[in-house]
Amino acid sequence: MVFAHGFGCDQNMWRYVSPVFEEEFRVVLFDYPGHGGTRPPISEADRYTTLSAYAQDLLSVCRELELAEVIFVGHSVSAMIGVLAEIEEPERFAKLVLLGPSPCYTNDPPYAGGFSESDIEELLESLESNYLGWSSAMAPVIMGNNDRPELGAELEASFCRTDPEMAHRFARATFLSDNREDLKRVTTPSLVLQCTNDAIAPVAVGEFVCDAIPDCSLVLLDATGHCPHLSKPDATAAAIADFVGG
Amino acid sequence: MAERPIDEAGADAALEAFYGALADDDADELYDRAPCGYLSTTPDGTIIKVNQTFLTWTGYSRDELVGRTFAELLTAGGRIYHETHYAPMLQMQGTAREIALEVVKAGGERLPALVNSVLERDDQGAPLVVRTAVFDATERRRYEQELVLAKRRAEDSERRARSLVRTLQQTLIPPEPPEIPGLEVCAVYRPAGAGDEVGGDFYDVFEIGPQRWVVVVGDVRGKGVEAAVVTAFARYWVRAAAVRHAEPSQVFRVVNEVLMRHDTDRFCTAALLRLHRTQEGWQVVAASAGHPLPLLVKPGTRARAVGRPGLFLGSFADPVLHDQELLLEPGDVMVLYTDGVTEARRGDEFYGERRLRGAVEKEGIRLKDRVEGLLEEVVDFQSGSPRDDIVIVGVAVPWNHRPAGAKPP
Repeated sequence: MVFAHGFGCDQNMWRYVSPVFEEEFRVVLFDYPGHGGTRPPISEADRYTTLSAYAQDLLSVCRELELAEVIFVGHSVSAMIGVLAEIEEPERFAKLVLLGPSPCYTNDPPYAGGFSESDIEELLESLESNYLGWSSAMAPVIMGNNDRPELGAELEASFCRTDPEMAHRFARATFLSDNREDLKRVTTPSLVLQCTNDAIAPVAVGEFVCDAIPDCSLVLLDATGHCPHLSKPDATAAAIADFVGG
Repeated sequence: MAERPIDEAGADAALEAFYGALADDDADELYDRAPCGYLSTTPDGTIIKVNQTFLTWTGYSRDELVGRTFAELLTAGGRIYHETHYAPMLQMQGTAREIALEVVKAGGERLPALVNSVLERDDQGAPLVVRTAVFDATERRRYEQELVLAKRRAEDSERRARSLVRTLQQTLIPPEPPEIPGLEVCAVYRPAGAGDEVGGDFYDVFEIGPQRWVVVVGDVRGKGVEAAVVTAFARYWVRAAAVRHAEPSQVFRVVNEVLMRHDTDRFCTAALLRLHRTQEGWQVVAASAGHPLPLLVKPGTRARAVGRPGLFLGSFADPVLHDQELLLEPGDVMVLYTDGVTEARRGDEFYGERRLRGAVEKEGIRLKDRVEGLLEEVVDFQSGSPRDDIVIVGVAVPWNHRPAGAKPP
């Protein structure tokens, strides 16, 4: 099983969900370049302006580890990255789990992605003003939280602290992409996991994805927000287990 | 008992007044009139409680806010940021600090804010409530925007500087030496490190008359744009002087003089060959100004340095310089180089002259392979990342040498 993180944070997002599958599956977690502990690429950073570059990275991980019959679990934009990878090498994938997917975040009537292009520009500004406060020299203040199920100090230092240039590229690649036409080319059985109240990927978008993929089912998670694997990890893991077991 | 200092008595009075004010301030007052906006939400963000300061700042009534989510109050871009960064951080770390967001007020205007949140959990560790403090950051945001603009300008000018450096560098290095009838020439240049800094090494190969050529290799000390300017300057004056003066030492004297007059404290070393095609081969006059002496390799013999060292250029009024005449015969090879070759280092070890001589003495291979092979060795010696620029220029008289105009046998 390969778990791919979405725009924003890193593979630690899966820490409440992926361990559930470790007994039965080989679980693979990874970070995209510039995220988590991964250093940004030096020479070919410009490549990362489209989602297919990330899909190539995903396939590289699969090839390097010689993975076959992959159950792919992709959150947010990684759902579409998984779709692109599946179209290129369908034989490598056994199942796709798309958690909060959106093939197109911008509005294109009658399709309602939820955002306008100026909204996306605003996000990029928001990214920029927040990185200002996160200069790399700033040591994170460590809170004594050892008795809590939260991140340890060493992870807190890097969690959600993406390399600014790469975050900017990833944001553009993510929110200005349109992969609606690609969905119908997916041949692997797929599951859309959709939150009932998601400001980024609304229910109608999840239904659009599921209708477009030939072999697809949809499960609604009673959760608010875009990260049910954090807010409702048990329900999320159970829905994934149902799908991969059945 | 000593009299108490007046300021200490004043401090006591102030403290008393403070306690008095605190006693009158009940908890509700402290909450509602706090100098920051204050919100309590369920773990999924639904607002349960909000203080008066936040209502005053945003223009909403309490009823309008309770039941909505905090994310709904943000701009669309901020909402994405909230969902992809803020909420995950809060859930994973229990806190999120100093996040810059914009709250959309009731009238549609925006309140730039810095936001801190903590997630409280119950005894079993289940998320219970999120407490959020909102600080008005209007002024700060304006300042930050200026910083962002300044940063962007700095990045732009760095990009421009780098591209200028690359352009300059390209003008300094003749892409390929010209073909000299009756003489093989091969020149290589490898800038230091990643190659994005202008170095001071240069070479030039040019014709000064019928069957007469000049080959020069030089090194202006230092790096960066100033060194590049001096490099271009020195190269120009070598060309200009070589047309008027026959002896290499005279050419160097002219360069020395103009460098002395030029407003720079950079100095320059150089080695120069003046070549004239004759019946027997190529007649050479060589001179060196503080530069490694050119190496001569006659077939079947060891390499030897040609000429006597002279003084470098640009620092002293009347430098001691020597011209050396010799004849290059068929099969002979001469190699000029900069100290980027011999002073290449691996740890404490230098590439050194012994290795250099070994490389140029290799027989039975073409000049091009000799020169390029040497460069490769020196670069490999430094694990692919040279600390200094490297220039190597080789000339060789073909075995089938014949004087200009002679018919092929």
